Amino acid sequence: MEHVVIVGNGIAGVTAARHIRKHSDKEITIISAESDYFFSRTALMYVFMGHMRFKDLKPYEDHFWTKNRINLKNAYVEHINTDSQTLHLAQGEKINYDILVLATGSVPATYGWEGQDLKGVQGLVSKQDLELLEKNAPNNEVCPKAMIVGGGLIGVELAEMLHTRKIEVTMLVREHDFWAGVLPDGDAKMISRHIKSHGIELLHEEELDTILDDGKGNVAGILTKSGQKIDCNLVGLTTGVKPQIDFLKDSKLETDKGILVNRMLETNVKNVYAIGDCAQQREPIGLRKVVEAVWYTGRMMGETVAQTICGKPFEYDPGNWFNSAKFFDIEYQTYGWVFSTKNKKEYEQHFHWKHADDTKCITIAYHNETGEFLGINTFGIRMRHEVLDRWLSEKRHIDYVISNLKQANFDPEFYKSYESQIQKEFENKKTLQV
Amino acid sequence: MSTIQRDMSLTGQPPASINTIQKVGTVLGVGGLLILLLAGFNLNFPDKSLWLSIALTSLFGGIVVFTYGAYSGKHEGIKNDGVWFKSISSRGFLAWVAGLALTGFYVILYFKAGWLGLNTEGENTGLIALFDPLSNLLSGNPASQWFVYGTLYTIAILAFGIKFFWKYRHNRYEKLRTLSVMFFQTAFAFLIPEFMARLNSDSFKLPYYDLKNIWPLNYYNFEQYRVDEFISAGTIGITLLLFGIASIFIITPILTYKYGKRWYCSWVCGCGGLAETAGDPFRHLSDKSTFAWKVERWVVHSVLVFVVVMTTAVVSTYLGYDPEKYWLTKDVFLIGVGIFLTLLFAAIWFFKKEELQQDARYGAIGYLVIVLALIGIHYASGSTLFLIDAETLRSIYAFLIGAIFSGVIGTGFYPIFGNRVWCRFGCPMAAILGLQQRLFSKFRITTNGGQCISCGNCSSYCEMGIDVRAYAQKGENIVRASCVGCGICSAVCPRGVLKLENGSTEKRINSREILLGNDVDLMDYVNQH
Repeated sequence: MEHVVIVGNGIAGVTAARHIRKHSDKEITIISAESDYFFSRTALMYVFMGHMRFKDLKPYEDHFWTKNRINLKNAYVEHINTDSQTLHLAQGEKINYDILVLATGSVPATYGWEGQDLKGVQGLVSKQDLELLEKNAPNNEVCPKAMIVGGGLIGVELAEMLHTRKIEVTMLVREHDFWAGVLPDGDAKMISRHIKSHGIELLHEEELDTILDDGKGNVAGILTKSGQKIDCNLVGLTTGVKPQIDFLKDSKLETDKGILVNRMLETNVKNVYAIGDCAQQREPIGLRKVVEAVWYTGRMMGETVAQTICGKPFEYDPGNWFNSAKFFDIEYQTYGWVFSTKNKKEYEQHFHWKHADDTKCITIAYHNETGEFLGINTFGIRMRHEVLDRWLSEKRHIDYVISNLKQANFDPEFYKSYESQIQKEFENKKTLQV
Repeated sequence: MSTIQRDMSLTGQPPASINTIQKVGTVLGVGGLLILLLAGFNLNFPDKSLWLSIALTSLFGGIVVFTYGAYSGKHEGIKNDGVWFKSISSRGFLAWVAGLALTGFYVILYFKAGWLGLNTEGENTGLIALFDPLSNLLSGNPASQWFVYGTLYTIAILAFGIKFFWKYRHNRYEKLRTLSVMFFQTAFAFLIPEFMARLNSDSFKLPYYDLKNIWPLNYYNFEQYRVDEFISAGTIGITLLLFGIASIFIITPILTYKYGKRWYCSWVCGCGGLAETAGDPFRHLSDKSTFAWKVERWVVHSVLVFVVVMTTAVVSTYLGYDPEKYWLTKDVFLIGVGIFLTLLFAAIWFFKKEELQQDARYGAIGYLVIVLALIGIHYASGSTLFLIDAETLRSIYAFLIGAIFSGVIGTGFYPIFGNRVWCRFGCPMAAILGLQQRLFSKFRITTNGGQCISCGNCSSYCEMGIDVRAYAQKGENIVRASCVGCGICSAVCPRGVLKLENGSTEKRINSREILLGNDVDLMDYVNQH
């Protein structure tokens, strides 16, 4: 019986294992040094905030794995020998594989800052990071003040977490507004205001220079590039993540930022696949980045690679881009491509509508000549994935999208709807342009 | 994992701590309870109207002040910070104190009403006497233990309803639903029956009837004394009796088909009303394991069978044998019940067999055989219907299900087992509505394509213990018998994945392996294999 070994028990690896089991009788082993069981990384914040217990993050009950004959092994893979098809584990143990799936995920990206190894400096990606945060910032007596470097999705989560323990939080944001490298200005400004309204201080157009030592190996504060010195007890490094591939240095696997794979998710070595955050596409797929650290792309790669491994080869083909997040109380969804004001494509035109209460807005991107609908960002309004995915695939005209927007609404029953306001404003702006 | 203290102190560190306004609210509320407690110890308050007003006002006011302290000045949005850190909501010391106090109260209420001051001869004393002025004002009669209970119950739903309303003030579905349960409790369960009692005279008497309390939840609705009273009360009585029958056989199936069981369980029902308001802080305590789900299916449907058998037995005892006198004889009734159940079973088997799990099929067949066999034995041997005397059966049901299950365990253990233990494991009405919802309804919780990140907020905050995430992460709609449609899974979802909807019954249950977003060919390939 073929032995499939999967390194990493995150969403990518676990999805691959589940689907391989569904379609075959192969022996399956998942190796992870992070946790005994699969858990939802995206929900770590809720454990710190007291919404859930860690065990509530496990999507499957513990008996699920034995029932489905998926072996779980808590171990750290130190080295991979692809010639002998052997994994060398930290305790000296060796495991042989017939098929290897690497799904090792990400680690926080750091940029060689002075002081980045001090006590009280950390990222927020793994279970261990959460445990460390409980030590570094259990309450506002141990940690009165925290500094978060980087204004992205993990940064705002960390801010929300610390805020629940009444820890004073400042965020260093490189752009002029929160996440303005990704969000159009109208959206980014509204989110900036919302974050501030929760009592979080945002330092815009500031970057980290040095992390200061208190003389005992703990964080004392930071210096920004503009020379500001700010005291703090915790530095959260949330300047993005990078593939976790250090352990492959001496292997024959070809890597760049991540493990290089083709559309079949195959690496340069036979019988070795890479999926999820650690994989890097040799050629970008559409406008997608070559490394995508997103929950659902990990899941989709797992689904795809399982088919290939089970004898029904499929190319990885993520459909239209979509994603979602939540910034404190404001939910965000995006479907298709809406680029930031700075990174907008030359053909990309934006229509922005914002509600007077400053907690809801949308931005729709469309082609300035053909009027083709390119994508939509919504804040504080839920949209129906199925409908927008269809409109994107059908390359609908912006006018069609605007006039049928109600079909795409996914807000709970009895919610107020804003389609007529949005339609009116769109018409007004159009007349002005003409 | 958390280093936050879990000791017995009322206030810990943020986010478990409470602020000054909340402390004031606590003092006020506890003060109100203290007056009731003193009355319970037979302290004879001089001016009962005044002291009752003070007690109830400070109880109500305390909860509202606490709420104000908790939510005023905060943003609209989900308020679950520290839920698992607070002693009261994480099965800590305070939770056990509250659970035991409530349980004790229920035991006394059901079995030792005398201790509360109910005197079969002579005037009320103690706690019940304190409520006499209010009862006199409403119905013209002195209070009973049930009046005391009803008043406190209504205050709990109203005051904690305000709290819930404030907590979810960003969510119109939750606000409307809460207004609805507050209205039905106050008007239908509390005021209307009291006013109806005012109509009673020596020649005219209606049974105490909460119109929204439908058989089999209201398991005693068709007992002889009530049916006699209904019939002797003329047109009004007959109308009420017919309404009671229509409620379960006509109104309920129609509304459940259109909206799911939520129209009742989380919009109208009194048990649901308390669970959704006073019980809301405990919703995450429900057991989500597949084992608990299995126990739930067997227990709740067994209670349903029990109530059907018990009611059939009770009704048949007071029906006559002579068809000349009245067409509805004992035989007509028993054979009618047998035919009805067989047809119901046949219809489900014919139309929905594919949707029944293995154990549901065994259970359905088993129970049908048992009920028919009991009726058969009755005719073959001429012995007492169902082997046990109907009155014994009734009193066993009233004790085990009516008192112990729904009251003592169902509500007393809110802080330990969660707020819907009764509704989930015990309520026969929920079982009937659940069958309808699962098999014949337009209601479902729609999953939004591929947006789920398996975070588990939905499952955690499902009071019915449904592992919502298990469906959502597969992109599958949630169609579960037990779902009461409270809408909280949708509210707490950080990614906008869940929506309660009434839609077409086509493709209502959409089993999926590959979610939207992935390769369209792969989706087709895997989902069809």
